[in-house]
Amino acid sequence: MTLRDRYPVALRLYPYRRSEDQGAATPARHPVVIAGGGPTGLASALDLGRKGHRVVVLDDHEGVGLGSRAICFSKRTLEIAHRLGPGPGMLEEGVIWQKGRVFRDRDEIYSFDLLPEEGHRYPAFINLSQVRFEKFLFEAIEHARAEGAEIEIRGGNRVDAIEAGRDVIRIEVMTPEGAYNLEADWLIACDGARSPLRNMLGLGFKGRVFEDNFLIADVRMTADFPTERWFWFEPWFRSGDSALLHKQPDDIWRIDFQIGWDIDRDKELKEENILARVDAMLGEGVEYELVWSSIYTFQCRRMERFRHGRVLFAGDSAHQVSPYGARGANSGVQDAENLAWKLDLVLRGLAPETLLDSYDAERIQAADENILNSTRSTDFLTPKSEVSRTFRDAVLTLAARHSFARPLVNSGRLSVPCTYNALPGFGPDMLGQPARSRPGAPAPDAPVNDGYLLDLLGGEFTLLGLGIEVPKATKVDGISVAGRALNDMSIGDMLRERYLGKASSAAYLIRPDQHVAARWRELDLDGVQASVRNAVGKGDE
Amino acid sequence: MTLNLEPNLSDPDGFYEALLKAHEGLSDKESRELNARLVLVLANQIGDPATLAAAIEEAK
Repeated sequence: MTLRDRYPVALRLYPYRRSEDQGAATPARHPVVIAGGGPTGLASALDLGRKGHRVVVLDDHEGVGLGSRAICFSKRTLEIAHRLGPGPGMLEEGVIWQKGRVFRDRDEIYSFDLLPEEGHRYPAFINLSQVRFEKFLFEAIEHARAEGAEIEIRGGNRVDAIEAGRDVIRIEVMTPEGAYNLEADWLIACDGARSPLRNMLGLGFKGRVFEDNFLIADVRMTADFPTERWFWFEPWFRSGDSALLHKQPDDIWRIDFQIGWDIDRDKELKEENILARVDAMLGEGVEYELVWSSIYTFQCRRMERFRHGRVLFAGDSAHQVSPYGARGANSGVQDAENLAWKLDLVLRGLAPETLLDSYDAERIQAADENILNSTRSTDFLTPKSEVSRTFRDAVLTLAARHSFARPLVNSGRLSVPCTYNALPGFGPDMLGQPARSRPGAPAPDAPVNDGYLLDLLGGEFTLLGLGIEVPKATKVDGISVAGRALNDMSIGDMLRERYLGKASSAAYLIRPDQHVAARWRELDLDGVQASVRNAVGKGDE
Repeated sequence: MTLNLEPNLSDPDGFYEALLKAHEGLSDKESRELNARLVLVLANQIGDPATLAAAIEEAK
């Protein structure tokens, strides 16, 4: 079958070029092949490439797809992007927001602040179009390549067939010049919600489809709405059962209308009908231009397992959620980060392949958390029975009058990173508090001297000594552990509150993905050694 | 005891989900009956007549 675009390309970043592998007498063997050049695939490629691995990305398109799609990028995603390079640029270009307001009809019934505390390098969220986000990752890959990273993005390369063996994966790739074969030790499937790879392996997808349609429109206008997330239940302008307004960079505004299940899709997508809904919302005389629109339905579902031997599913191919929580692209980037350091250690022979099972367990826990929150939001937005609508309306009525009902109003619970709970590979917790930095949690940021704590962590295992001296660099079975010690002078109030609580000193072992692995009150080097081994899947040896 | 109208549910989303789940698959009549029983059970938990009277007023 010839290659045909499934969607229009906004930026032709990696046009098709013939590679050496085409026409090779025997298929070339690659340590890591990534299928899909979206946020998850690019983040995986960048992370693994920076760690010194040879990576090939296969994308059936030649660049970034048109349309903004994902727009809210979370603090955790930005922290990951910071470690990988493009975080500061994203922050500079993105629209920072942390407040949301919820209206019913004309009345504000609830508002929230997602990051009410100071002392983090990154805000709760920025809004940035997915096109720009992917371009930032692509530019970071180009930058890494210039510094020697072996990352190759092959546009116009579509995976048509795979044979997933015990020791190798054979991949048949279609290009504008015909097919070729290659082999991979590991294949990361970041090929999106409709994942052809998932289908090729005959793997199922369990979950719920929600019976509602959402019309999404990006419009360009100069308006002085504040940079907050505004959400309406039963809006006065009647453009949908609910509506959402959100600002993006360059005077682009994202608008979502909930338009019901039984609709005529073609009719609703006619420009005049979209404009009628937007006109009603914005009022007479507001000048704007429709930039992009789409109608979507959504699902909350995931694969039963994310690891299938040498094939690892990440991002939308592995799990999908409704959009009202910024849990799609963000969780994909977090999948990528969770997988990269583990695959790195496996590729270097420093950890057993079973370490990759912890990718499966941890990211399934995260996906389940996302699906749970997203399902609850959707059930609130789209009541599926008379009685659930009655309760929903009762909550909205009471929320306007009393604070107690406001936490029940659910217009989307916005993504926070998962704290891995009761999974192997973490512990011990010999400090016992503070709860937020317990083993399994993503290390909270805090100001340190002129910078931030997260700048000192990540990329490799880190032993953080707070009021304790720690060895500058050690190795556990060949795995590097960097030492970072902060004395009392450098420990500010926020760092103290987030990491010490009532204790006067502590030692933290932090994984390469900035999740806390274990912590102690005193330095315990034997304990550190055991915890590193435990964290890399060698706990039972 | 005074009627508490400040947030007091430790897991609001979890409670709401459990509430809707209890109604899943019920007819309208069965749902009304479930709600009636639930109100009576919760009223017993509160016990205090003045608090219950205040709650009834607030719900009107």
